Amino acid sequence: MSSQVDTTIRGLTEQDYQWGFITPIDEDRVPKGLNEEIVRLISARKGEPDFMLEWRLRALRHWLSLEREKGEPRWANIKYDPIDYQDITYYSAPKNRPVIDSLENVDPEILRTYEKLGIPLQEQKRLAGVAVDAVFDSVSVATTFKAKLAEIGIIFCSFSEAVQKHPDLVRKYLGTVVPYTDNFFAALNAAVFTDGSFVYVPKGVRCPLELSTYFRINAAETGQFERTLIIADEGSYVSYLEGCTAPIRDENQLHAAVVELIALDNAQIKYSTVQNWYPGDKEGRGGIYNFVTKRGKCAGVNSKISWTQVETGSAITWKYPGCILQGDNSIGEFYSVALTNNRQQADTGTKMIHIGRNTRSTIVSKGISAGYGQNTYRGLVKIMQGATGARNYTQCDSLLIGDRCGAHTFPYIDVRNSTARMEHEASTSRIGENQLFYLRQRGLTTEDAVSMIVNGFCKTVFRELPMEFAVEAQKLLGVSLEGSVG
Amino acid sequence: MSLLEIKNLRAAVEGHEILKGVNLTINPGEVHSIMGPNGSGKSTLAQVLARRDTFEVTGGEILYNGKDLLRMKPEEAACEGVFLAFQYPVEIPGIGNAYFLRSAINAIRKYRGEDEMDAMDFLPLFRENLKLLEMDEKLMNRSVNEGFSGGEKKRNEILQMAMLQPKLAILDETDSGLDIDALKIVARGVNALRGPERSMLVITHYQRLLNYIVPDFVHVLVDGQIARSGGPELARELEETGYGWAEPATQQALPA
Ligand SMILES: Nc1ncnc2c1ncn2[C@@H]1O[C@H](COP(=O)(O)OP(=O)(O)O)[C@@H](O)[C@H]1O
Ligand SMILES: [Mg+2]
Repeated sequence: MSSQVDTTIRGLTEQDYQWGFITPIDEDRVPKGLNEEIVRLISARKGEPDFMLEWRLRALRHWLSLEREKGEPRWANIKYDPIDYQDITYYSAPKNRPVIDSLENVDPEILRTYEKLGIPLQEQKRLAGVAVDAVFDSVSVATTFKAKLAEIGIIFCSFSEAVQKHPDLVRKYLGTVVPYTDNFFAALNAAVFTDGSFVYVPKGVRCPLELSTYFRINAAETGQFERTLIIADEGSYVSYLEGCTAPIRDENQLHAAVVELIALDNAQIKYSTVQNWYPGDKEGRGGIYNFVTKRGKCAGVNSKISWTQVETGSAITWKYPGCILQGDNSIGEFYSVALTNNRQQADTGTKMIHIGRNTRSTIVSKGISAGYGQNTYRGLVKIMQGATGARNYTQCDSLLIGDRCGAHTFPYIDVRNSTARMEHEASTSRIGENQLFYLRQRGLTTEDAVSMIVNGFCKTVFRELPMEFAVEAQKLLGVSLEGSVG
Repeated sequence: MSLLEIKNLRAAVEGHEILKGVNLTINPGEVHSIMGPNGSGKSTLAQVLARRDTFEVTGGEILYNGKDLLRMKPEEAACEGVFLAFQYPVEIPGIGNAYFLRSAINAIRKYRGEDEMDAMDFLPLFRENLKLLEMDEKLMNRSVNEGFSGGEKKRNEILQMAMLQPKLAILDETDSGLDIDALKIVARGVNALRGPERSMLVITHYQRLLNYIVPDFVHVLVDGQIARSGGPELARELEETGYGWAEPATQQALPA
């Protein structure tokens, strides 16, 4: 690429993280380290019933045995220094914990933080139709539209609240999609998770709002362990949006969330994520380690779960939102944009497990690498013996910006039923000098030209996002590439 | 004052000198045609004028509208009113034509300190120009040039020119690959844009286009230099004699 473009790309890549600021608020935290005492302390602070504490303790024991035996999973295409799990604080909550129902009781510092992030938390500013359950560090501080949702029987609350008010639902579904034995980070999360969101949509109800949560990591040296559980009962529909940004930190911060989705007969869940945590600086110092386990179970017939993710942040992303297609005729979808710039690393993809008959899955993955970024797609499509008539379509495209970055694709296929139909397409391209010149000749700056080419590349994923999110995602991509655009 | 003044321009690609001292002056409202054999440097001249940085200027100067064109980036030249209709238009997957055009218009407006054009003002103008070029509106919901036929791509270039209203329009072999009907449509579009405020540089290998876009001046580029200049009759003369007279020198230079 020409030197002019190179310089611009560098200029773009070197833009500072726009959302890096720290909110000074009082914190309530437990001592550093991880042992049975800490888990008991967390559970006690949250006033949990016995079944939760017992489950946490079983998870902790499992995690300890994993740690003794083999430690963290090592198969992903990512590199980082060993994490000292005893040097992490597993619980922190804002001290001035407000009454959840009213924004007036929310710490004004927190509200200011959200404003800086551009999150329209206050009702008058909020885009119509979006209910926000804001998670600040580990405890929910504001929930809105709850009354409206409650009228039609929808439960949308923090996980802690659900444990208190709907223990039977939590008990019935917790860990049924992602058991604590699933993997190292899932076990860790189960032992120490502090909060998250809970959604239950009753039979036949179509949730009239996009449910939305903004996550934010604020306290220094505080790992954040979110847990989200969404249950769509028979014939219901819900669309859930998750978005996040985080302030600048020097130390790496571990984030090991778990999300479980359950769709019963004829139910649909649409789960969209825009992830913009602090990616670290140009040299790869700092930044979030995002080790997340997300999975949905299409438990019922004709059910559908659709994941859409736009991953632009974090130093390391390790994430494979998948679907277990158990019900006959159920559908799983995964639409992903993952961008790595500077020293960011992403190893992300999906798992589609076809169990029921005539189950279908679609995978569209768009990886963008710039700077020294390393981007890996890792996907598994498994067709079990009983999954007669199963179909999968996979499309994996990589776009390279500059010549110091990398793109890797590992599509695993395991077919045990001969009636399965599999389609796979893959491509790798580089932003062409001819494309850039064409756009610049029409008056666009190099930055805008790159942004336009990248947005075009991601279009099939963006159109799966709810409208207001799609706009945000496009802007985010432009900002994340500012300085990266080659 | 002339709009464009090219003085002794030399340019190289990957170390090979292609333009070897080009001199050309274009006044406001004039239409000049550059003809010449393949490989003589016509597209190179066009790209240098559009400031593509893969073409290295090794000598000479270009004054455009009183400013030093060689100091401008491609987008600055574009915003100053230089438009290039590409010989090979580029595809931009996933970006709709209308969106792309509006972004381009607004980038130029922003550069000039003008207000953005909103969709309400854009659409009627867009439709009018689509009609001028007999283009299907449906084509405009598709991605830029993606899946367009060769002729559609060329018409799309002229559509963009009509929307962007440049001061200096450079048309690089816009006629190649067009059948006679499409050629007439394109020529009509170009002629509609002729005016005292707009100059054009029409690059073509064949005289045919110049029956429909009649230039004020014709120049013949041979081996990186303007070998002859004249009026429209020069184009007709070339139609009869071909470029044979210009070629022996090139042939002699080839290894036996
Ligand atoms: N990008 C390029 N890289 C190398 N050589 C080039 C490039 N572009 C043009 N050339 C060479 O420069 C000469 C002039 O090309 P061009 O300006 O395209 O001629 P024309 O448009 O008159 O046919 C040709 O010999 C061509 O091979
Ligand atoms: Mg040419």
